[in-house]
Amino acid sequence: MKKKKKKKRAPRQEMSRQDAKQRVKNFNEVALGYSIEAAILEASRCIGCPKPKCVDGCPVFVDIAGFISLIQEKKFVEASRKIKLTNVLPAICGRVCPQETQCEIECVLGKIDEPVAIGRLERFVSDYEAEAGEIEIPARPDPKGKKVGVVGSGPAGLTLAGELAKMGYGVTIFEALHKPGGVLVYGIPEFRLPKAIVAREVDFIEKLGVEVKTNFVVGRTASVEDFFNQGYDAIFLGLGAGLPWFLDIPGINLVGIYSANEFLTRNNLMKAYLFPEYDTPIKVGKKVVVIGGGNVAMDSVRTSLRLGADETHIIYRRSRKELPAREEEIENAEAEGVIFDFLVNPVEFLGDEEGRIKAMKLIRMELGEPDSSGRRRPVPIEGSEFEYRCNTCVIAIGQGANPLALSAIEGLKLNKWGYIEADWDTTKTSVKGVFAGGDIVTGEATVIEAMGFGRRASIAIDKYLSTGEW
Amino acid sequence: MNKIVKKQKLADGINLFEIEAALIARKRKPGQFVILRLDETGERIPLTIADVNREKGTVTIIVQVVGKTTEQLGTLGEGNSILDVVGPLGQPTYIKKFGTVVAVGGGVGHAVCYPIARGMKDAGNYLISIIGARNKKLVILEEETKSFSDELYITTDDGSYGRKGFVTDQLKEIIESGKKVDLVLASGPAIMMKFVSLMTKEYRIKTIVSLNSIMIDGTGMCGVCRVEVGGKTKFACVDGPEFDGHEVNYDLLMKRLASYKEEEKLAHECYLKTMANSEPIN
Ligand SMILES: Cc1cc2nc3c(=O)[nH]c(=O)nc-3n(C[C@H](O)[C@H](O)[C@H](O)COP(=O)(O)OP(=O)(O)OC[C@H]3O[C@@H](n4cnc5c(N)ncnc54)[C@H](O)[C@@H]3O)c2cc1C
Ligand SMILES: Cc1cc2nc3c(=O)[nH]c(=O)nc-3n(C[C@H](O)[C@H](O)[C@H](O)COP(=O)(O)OP(=O)(O)OC[C@H]3O[C@@H](n4cnc5c(N)ncnc54)[C@H](O)[C@@H]3O)c2cc1C
Ligand code: SF4
Ligand code: SF4
Ligand code: FES
Repeated sequence: MKKKKKKKRAPRQEMSRQDAKQRVKNFNEVALGYSIEAAILEASRCIGCPKPKCVDGCPVFVDIAGFISLIQEKKFVEASRKIKLTNVLPAICGRVCPQETQCEIECVLGKIDEPVAIGRLERFVSDYEAEAGEIEIPARPDPKGKKVGVVGSGPAGLTLAGELAKMGYGVTIFEALHKPGGVLVYGIPEFRLPKAIVAREVDFIEKLGVEVKTNFVVGRTASVEDFFNQGYDAIFLGLGAGLPWFLDIPGINLVGIYSANEFLTRNNLMKAYLFPEYDTPIKVGKKVVVIGGGNVAMDSVRTSLRLGADETHIIYRRSRKELPAREEEIENAEAEGVIFDFLVNPVEFLGDEEGRIKAMKLIRMELGEPDSSGRRRPVPIEGSEFEYRCNTCVIAIGQGANPLALSAIEGLKLNKWGYIEADWDTTKTSVKGVFAGGDIVTGEATVIEAMGFGRRASIAIDKYLSTGEW
Repeated sequence: MNKIVKKQKLADGINLFEIEAALIARKRKPGQFVILRLDETGERIPLTIADVNREKGTVTIIVQVVGKTTEQLGTLGEGNSILDVVGPLGQPTYIKKFGTVVAVGGGVGHAVCYPIARGMKDAGNYLISIIGARNKKLVILEEETKSFSDELYITTDDGSYGRKGFVTDQLKEIIESGKKVDLVLASGPAIMMKFVSLMTKEYRIKTIVSLNSIMIDGTGMCGVCRVEVGGKTKFACVDGPEFDGHEVNYDLLMKRLASYKEEEKLAHECYLKTMANSEPIN
């Protein structure tokens, strides 16, 4: 039993990272994870609150106090399995969840000290379980004799598929690309989320009995109507927000201007960083600029460094304080030598005779009154344009709803931005038997929020298919 | 995995492949294409579906060797498989009875034109086909095209077959002969489509071109295929690949097509080198 005497709490354990000078020369994971000792020490910081606040911050309600107490007992595999009861992708969430605004911000320790490093512990136990080769496949339940089609293999679709399979439904995932994983495979770079981990998690879901059909574009290869005609009882749309936004300014289509989606897809999905061993090329010039200030911009700019750019910049129209990217990613980028140019915005791209970008015209901005998002609105300073040379540009200003699969679904209600209108709790859409969740409902959000949709959808679909009530 | 059930050489460096892809065959309409990837390290490349056989569940593609991937595809034969084939992608051609339609195909572009032209014929149009090639050896699908065309003309750059000259010369002659042409379809190298469009614009004849921009996903996700049509940015893979020929910015298309010239050359050379060093297959 615990001693009365107050033990001094250990400081929050740092996770070792590859040295910044080294890591910009490779695509290996930057963060190296906890050692067993560090994990136990970090776990010892958790005071096991009787009513843990941390859980409130987790969209899938991981039993945080429970899994951390198992780490304290050195039961790492059990800890991992505890997480998996509500989160089928712990190795991924432990790496990419914005914990500082989710579970960790709620941790009571944060009020007096630093919060428990929940994400790092989650990552540690799930990697431990995988390395120990002790991944447990739950026994298959009796089949329910009903089929569900899941469109899109991002975190929303994967989570839903896993949960439904565990209940005994027949589940097929339809994925447009040749590899399952959604943004986890085509967007988030190897140095933040190794693709082998995504493959491992997809493999786990397949072992639960889920069938994955890649190279299948819903809206082209088959329609949602076709699925119902073929005997599917319910359909879930987890299409993501896969439509890149470009700036509507002159020169946007010059050679050397990429959308972040293209830049990251070439590199992550098609492995262009291994060209010519892999066939898909990618080209960065000496000076690369990335327009935008979110996680996608940080991923793009850090990728371009690793591809050999001499000088890399972030161009952001507000100031550092307003950067939407995770603090950890901004620090990583700074440590690697990325230069941040604040309060500027492009107004035109300039090309050479071959139509290749050679410069852009930037305008200086100042911050005005706060806008609807509560952030101060950037306002251009008249007459402050100047020329800025660069050889490659990546546009990372966000993305919208891809209409490809949607326009053909009769009666499907979309909101004014083109996203699907679906109930937050039940994920039901305006069409009977059709559910939707993840980025295609909320717009670009987070992995764990997409997974939250997947979980809620599994409950709602089970209810719908058991009762027949819509 | 998609098995190749038939391979046929149509001309020097141009092969026809019939591939198992039942779902695609069922849905495909003329004007649509597939994207394929040969193996794990391969690139994704778009190819027009020239024909389908719904009973057999196959699609036919006609491919010209121009670089690494098309070269490697050319080495595959009946019984071999292609790792990924996805489709049908792109908007189908708007096919209806226009009246007289002239279908102009340059080089392997005729493989793109061919299924659309046949669709136009089936819709009751008077169909005039023009096949252009550099020389006699590169003329493809002549017999097949003849079988459904009301008139067929062939032009070669060197005069080794048909009329000596460019497809535009033949097209001009047809128009000048006083025949009322209601629609021109053009597919081939960007420069050819540009000159066809410049000419038909003068005569105010509606012209549809099929653009061959670089693509990756083919679903509107990456934006690499963007083209400018009427001053607006469009994605060729989902908004096209067919557009109003008079509105397309061809110079931009050509520049974007040349984005990776050096890398493509390097990839092709590396491939040829490894092929030369490896044991011959047969
Ligand atoms: C570069 C980048 C970095 C990010 N970093 C983070 C991070 O660090 N932490 C975090 O929490 N979130 C991050 N996000 C956001 C997060 O990845 C997304 O919120 C999340 O992936 C959304 O999941 P989803 O399941 O809704 O869709 P997606 O992951 O987008 O998956 C959708 C899938 O559906 C497929 N699809 C689309 N249309 C069709 C169709 N018609 N037929 C068949 N399949 C189709 C797509 O190919 C795709 O595979 C990042 C996003 C990007 C782009
Ligand atoms: C909608 C569409 C339909 C097409 N239909 C046919 C067809 O029926 N038959 C045919 O022979 N060709 C067709 N093409 C062209 C074909 O895709 C290219 O020839 C092929 O990608 C070349 O690949 P490669 O590796 O052999 O050559 P590379 O050396 O890589 O490239 C040669 C040239 O092909 C173009 N190209 C390169 N990569 C791509 C890519 N990923 N996507 C598109 N173009 C690329 C570039 O202009 C390049 O300079 C079509 C293209 C499009 C967009
Ligand atoms: S899933 Fe994400 S939010 Fe939930 S506990 Fe784990 S790291 Fe925190
Ligand atoms: S709130 Fe913090 S200290 Fe309390 S149980 Fe959760 S992680 Fe542990
Ligand atoms: S090929 Fe990616 S958007 Fe068209």
